[in-house]
Amino acid sequence: MSVVDRQEWDVVVVGAGGAGLRAAIEARERGARTAVICKSLFGKAHTVMAEGGIAAAMGNVNSGDNWQTHFRDTLRGGKFLNQWRMAELHAREAPQRVWELETWGALFDRTKDGRISQRNFGGHEYPRLAHVGDRTGLELIRTLQQKIVALQQEDFRETGDHESRLKVFQECTVTRVLKEDEKVSGVFGYERESGRFFVLEAPAVVIATGGIGKSFKVTSNSWEYTGDGHALALLAGAPLLNMEFVQFHPTGMVWPPSVKGILVTESVRGDGGVLRNSEGKRFMFDYVPDVFKEKYAESEEEGDRWYEDPDHNRRPPELLPRDEVARAINAEVKAGRGSPHGGVFLDVSTRMPAEVIKRRLPSMYHQFKELADVDITAEAMEVGPTCHYVMGGIAVDSDSAAARGVPGLFAAGEVAGGMHGSNRLGGNSLSDLLVFGRRAGRHAAEYAGRAGTSRPRADDVQVDTAAAEALRPFSAESGEPDEGPPENPYTLHQELQQAMNDLVGIIRRAPEMEQALAKLAELRVRARRAGVEGHRQFNPGWHLALDLRNMLLVSECVARAALERTESRGGHTREDHSGMDRSWRNVNLLCELADHTDGLPVTEAVRGRIALTRETTEPIRTDLLALFEKEELVKYLAEEELYE
Amino acid sequence: MRTGTRAAIAAPHLRTDRWWLAPAATAAGLLAFVVYSTWRALANADYYAAPYVSPFYSPCLAENCEPMKAGPNWELFGSWWGLSPAIIILIFPLGFRLTCYYYRKAYYRGFWASPPACAVAEPHAGYTGETRFPLILQNIHRYFFYAALLVAGILTYDTVLAFRDQDYNWGHMGLGTLVFLVNIALIWAYTISCHSCRHIVGGKLKHFSRHPVRYRMWQWVGRLNARHMQLAWASLLSVALADLYVYLVASGVFDDPRFF
Amino acid sequence: MSSYEARFKVWRGDVQGGGLEDFRVEVNDGEVVLDIIHRLQATQTPDLAVRWNCKAGKCGSCSAEINGRPRLLCMTRMSVFEPDETITVTPLRAFPVIRDLVTDVGFNYTKARQVPAFVPPEGVGPGEYRMMQEDVDRSQEFRKCIECFLCQDVCHVVRDHEENKPVFAGPRFLMRIAELDMHPLDAAGESGLDRARTAQDEHGLGYCNITKCCTEVCPEGIKITDNALIPMKERAADRKYDPLVWLGSKIRRRSSDRP
Repeated sequence: MSVVDRQEWDVVVVGAGGAGLRAAIEARERGARTAVICKSLFGKAHTVMAEGGIAAAMGNVNSGDNWQTHFRDTLRGGKFLNQWRMAELHAREAPQRVWELETWGALFDRTKDGRISQRNFGGHEYPRLAHVGDRTGLELIRTLQQKIVALQQEDFRETGDHESRLKVFQECTVTRVLKEDEKVSGVFGYERESGRFFVLEAPAVVIATGGIGKSFKVTSNSWEYTGDGHALALLAGAPLLNMEFVQFHPTGMVWPPSVKGILVTESVRGDGGVLRNSEGKRFMFDYVPDVFKEKYAESEEEGDRWYEDPDHNRRPPELLPRDEVARAINAEVKAGRGSPHGGVFLDVSTRMPAEVIKRRLPSMYHQFKELADVDITAEAMEVGPTCHYVMGGIAVDSDSAAARGVPGLFAAGEVAGGMHGSNRLGGNSLSDLLVFGRRAGRHAAEYAGRAGTSRPRADDVQVDTAAAEALRPFSAESGEPDEGPPENPYTLHQELQQAMNDLVGIIRRAPEMEQALAKLAELRVRARRAGVEGHRQFNPGWHLALDLRNMLLVSECVARAALERTESRGGHTREDHSGMDRSWRNVNLLCELADHTDGLPVTEAVRGRIALTRETTEPIRTDLLALFEKEELVKYLAEEELYE
Repeated sequence: MRTGTRAAIAAPHLRTDRWWLAPAATAAGLLAFVVYSTWRALANADYYAAPYVSPFYSPCLAENCEPMKAGPNWELFGSWWGLSPAIIILIFPLGFRLTCYYYRKAYYRGFWASPPACAVAEPHAGYTGETRFPLILQNIHRYFFYAALLVAGILTYDTVLAFRDQDYNWGHMGLGTLVFLVNIALIWAYTISCHSCRHIVGGKLKHFSRHPVRYRMWQWVGRLNARHMQLAWASLLSVALADLYVYLVASGVFDDPRFF
Repeated sequence: MSSYEARFKVWRGDVQGGGLEDFRVEVNDGEVVLDIIHRLQATQTPDLAVRWNCKAGKCGSCSAEINGRPRLLCMTRMSVFEPDETITVTPLRAFPVIRDLVTDVGFNYTKARQVPAFVPPEGVGPGEYRMMQEDVDRSQEFRKCIECFLCQDVCHVVRDHEENKPVFAGPRFLMRIAELDMHPLDAAGESGLDRARTAQDEHGLGYCNITKCCTEVCPEGIKITDNALIPMKERAADRKYDPLVWLGSKIRRRSSDRP
């Protein structure tokens, strides 16, 4: 049917955020010809929004820190649902990944003796986050971007072509992972600028597309976060893991409406900011759960002393893991003690001199001044929970980042599941990107190397099907008359966001989630008629219409898994099952496409497209379990797990 | 310059604010100073009213200078020099200001319209910036900075001499002394805040931590440097006012009010 | 919450041509120009092309020109305009247009490749880097850059003179050279690369006439001219235009050559 431009590469990386770029660097350094595909311009990925820092137990500020402590904190934060081997690798390798960035030109803030400074963050026992003011994500992405340029300069010196071994295809969207038999054979995508289709043939594909936040109304995520990678993997036959766990960051902006959801970094609290309700009360002291009672201050005085003397005082409860703080804010607002625009107050102005605030939180100062006309050195911010991160994702092998069930498919970063369990600690995402980005790049390169000359080919039929699917929105208007009028993709998107926010949001109930599934089914049918005007050249309506497929698939996963898990754990809070249930501790929920054979959307509303299966997690290795006190393990692990 | 691949927008700019105000005001201010200083420099008169010497004529380096007791007279130029002695010395402060990074911006924008204002198209067909003669000479700014240090030193000396009365007795002060004090403070502040100075005291270093004293100086100069534009205008005004004051007293418009 | 109907002129078209189109569109309290563009997309012109991403002034994607001034669409609040004002939104002028408000910023990526990368010091392994805060302060300021390319767009050297593009790196990448030249551990010098000299000889530093528009439009408030470009000009002057420094280095080299 169509003549589509084809190129051959060894490794294709989908996504140019931290994980994607790190994977590409590793793959190229291991000799694989590597292509990176990203929806935005090179260097604009959502990673730039990360503010706080990169968690790595370097022990520069407190020498008591080590990987074991980091591992413990990560498991506690994830409520022991983490894929423990990932958490272990992550804690062990994060320091090297950070130091390596320095050799590529990164400039972190320094300690007095010239080492990388580290800051406190929620859920981390020691100051652990390597940072640059509150723009660490930007530093990370720029460093990786510049490292890629450095490699391209090297290639240019050798081959006369910057892009001979490492090329970034910017402003391109991948809509399908192609396979021959069971193995990955490449990707199908289009250039956003021209609308032209292309195929990159490669035996190994690394998915590093980030998260799914754009399915929710209030989110800190950018437009790119439409769950593309999750959907690509599903459609290619790979399962998604524990999709019910969506992190709502406790502090997003709540006003003005146009910026509702934009992140207010956790460093505001790490550096001394406190949360107050409309009565002026530091309410977090009332919300310390039992499992954390011994670790957090009981009085404001003790909490305040901790900033100066962390060894002899316990930390203030504002620094509890994110899920706890988000729920507490939600409860305060519901109880009528919220701020005028429906959040609570986050105050640094009475805690630090204006100069210090401007120096330590420059982008926050800037952001509130420019966007809300609020001077955070003089008044409190209004903040509320915002959809921030998805802990669930593509089920992967811990060591190799290989997606389960699809040889040649790899995943790293937010799109991969397991690492963070039911809740991610702040700072662990940037280190996750680096550790598993590198591992994915390495294993993808090795896999591609093993493929040798017997590479799977991109099948013409698949390519034609993918092209037809991508062109469908243009012909929707002239579709069958009995189907109803064409739908505006923007309207569909707004309805989807509203439904997910209201019905599968921070606090969940069974009837609402059933309602959400019905709504999703309705939207799925209407999305078939999502039509667009104009042509293929940089047409945002068309792009959104294509992204809707992904958002609908992923949203269904979230809703189905959330309905299934009848307990509250980490980022998943059920009003009708409010406690954490130890018997769920070792249960993973896997989402798979109900009908593997089909490529195009299913019209039948009731059945849905997702099938859910349960699996029991692998027992935590005993030497890792031994890092915890018995009394603590009792709170999380089921009886039979403890006696093994 | 509009090429075929750019968005087809014919207007040279789409700014709706009064973007022309700043370059126009700059050009008017600079022009006023040029007119005034040319007149005064060529006048060769009314530049000394004991104990004050006009900063335009200090140091006075020709035989035709008015004698100033203990003043900045050095007769380096003999009787063959018939022009105003101001011309000899004004080269240096003029060169300093002409090559100054702030004034460059001011006159490139105000006089040469290159560009007249941000995002407003400039009316020139070609542009080579400071890559060729004569503008490549802007790179010698630092030498004028050294000269400006000397001139500022001499003007400081003049200010000390202003603590005398008309009869050269020490320990007195008049309105003129105050004018000179303000002027010399601004001259120093402008000179020290120079970008070349910032480079020389510490900016050229790679490791501040190994040169704590120079680092402190660099920070100090940097704080002044942030005000370089304001200081450039303030000192330009003050030097003209100091000269005007001397002129008015010397030409007998009024007598210097004495404080003590 | 108050809302009103604003008048907008938005440039629409592509490389073949185009022009300003008039729109009337609702504006609510607290909105920014990008919100209005999005409302246009959702209600009137679904195919209006605009590049954007984070909507929080951190990624530098939504660069355009508003009332003739280069700005980020997401950081320009509607409250800075009068309700009866007509707001004109046009694409970046210095770059080739792709469609509507989207331009081809490839120039910048080409220039980025021409600046030699950070050279790691020999014999210093990962984890062994020691740098003092005061030594990294200067380069850190430059690394705040979000690469919105507004400075590259506003700089008259290329904005008004397309023919200078091959020889001029633009403020963003001259600043990148400054960042590396001031990096306390960059070993370019040891490897025989004189960044200050190449800034002048290969990247067109001399074209800059320090008229400061780059600093004026920088959404991050980086003092590009005072802290990067002028210091680089001074460093270049050290190498190329200062006979005293030249003589000093000649003598030093001569004496160190002797056994």
